[in-house]
Amino acid sequence: MGLNPASSAGPVVAPAAKGILDPSTGKPVGANDPFFLEVNSELSDKGFFVAATDDLITWARTGSLMWMTFGLACCAVEMMQVSMPRYDVERFGFAPRASPRQSDVMIVAGTLTNKMAPALRKVYDQMPEPRYVISMGSCANGGGYYHYSYSVVRGCDRIVPIDIYVPGCPPTAEALLYGVLLLQKKIRRTGTIER
Amino acid sequence: MDDAKLDALGQTIVSALPGAATGHSVAFNQLTVDVEASKIVEVVKYLRDDPSCRFINFTDITAADYPSREKRFDVIYHFLSPTLNTRIRLKAQADETTQVPSLIEVFPGADWFEREAYDLYGVFFVGHPDMRRILTDYGFEGHPLRKDFPTTGFVEVRYDDQEKRVVYEPVRLNQEFRKFDFLSPWEGADYPLPGDEKAGPKA
Repeated sequence: MGLNPASSAGPVVAPAAKGILDPSTGKPVGANDPFFLEVNSELSDKGFFVAATDDLITWARTGSLMWMTFGLACCAVEMMQVSMPRYDVERFGFAPRASPRQSDVMIVAGTLTNKMAPALRKVYDQMPEPRYVISMGSCANGGGYYHYSYSVVRGCDRIVPIDIYVPGCPPTAEALLYGVLLLQKKIRRTGTIER
Repeated sequence: MDDAKLDALGQTIVSALPGAATGHSVAFNQLTVDVEASKIVEVVKYLRDDPSCRFINFTDITAADYPSREKRFDVIYHFLSPTLNTRIRLKAQADETTQVPSLIEVFPGADWFEREAYDLYGVFFVGHPDMRRILTDYGFEGHPLRKDFPTTGFVEVRYDDQEKRVVYEPVRLNQEFRKFDFLSPWEGADYPLPGDEKAGPKA
């Protein structure tokens, strides 16, 4: 290692950071982005800039969505995968929070049975407003393979209102990640303080 | 264990338990012993304690429904003998009202298996301390693995916005359950594989 005095005579120097350079300008990508340049000049000129409140609110809201894990079946494995390093939803501020009273989103991942339905509704009722629900997989969307079963709810929208449906059996982690991004887009587009 | 040894073991068991074990058969290298439902505890105690058996590992209790029979259920028990390195299956016939003695005194692990068999088939076990349903919904009616239970059941749930709770309603399907595969391999159709015509009738 670099701290071993036997291997290096001089002081240890970290190598220069190699960012992604734009070949047309020779500068890092985004260095001549007009939007950022404008914001930057406004900040350095006045020291503040003006934006609409709902932009600020939706920015804050989309950037810190805490999700309630509701893993019911095999979809839960993909839901775990989406928060693991490969897809890593926490870089979008989408962090697992296994407590309904402190979460904004619930991901219903898997088959919802009749026996589980009151528990699901109870968890949903415990979540604070504004709250969102992602229905993940065929079983949660409409019963899926178990549509004609005696014990399965034919779609979890019979129990709770759904914002985003992610199809698949199970959906890939990538598909769920896309659903999360769509939810963020929906929050941004709706742009109200109340839901 | 080969089939001859299994057959000999079956004969030993049947001759040691006259009136309780009524017959045995060996199929697919598996030993099955038919027993009287009312004598099941005696049989299982013998299988557990006799030095020639030592079926000390209780594996499973389940049931099978044959609606055309007078006693429609087979209550099926599985045991493993690590000493003999073999397994055994016991079959006892029962109907909706037969009171099958519980095995919970002999094998405490039978507890939930008997509850499951009761829940899904409606076989009654007497002597069980807590004969409740185990898998189906609270207040569920019927026994879903019986052949005469409809696949879609009788009730479905919905959240009622006025009552602010999950309510049960009779099943209303927008599209009936349809089955298009009239040649299901599970219902007797025979698909000969190409080049397999000369293989002769299946065993």
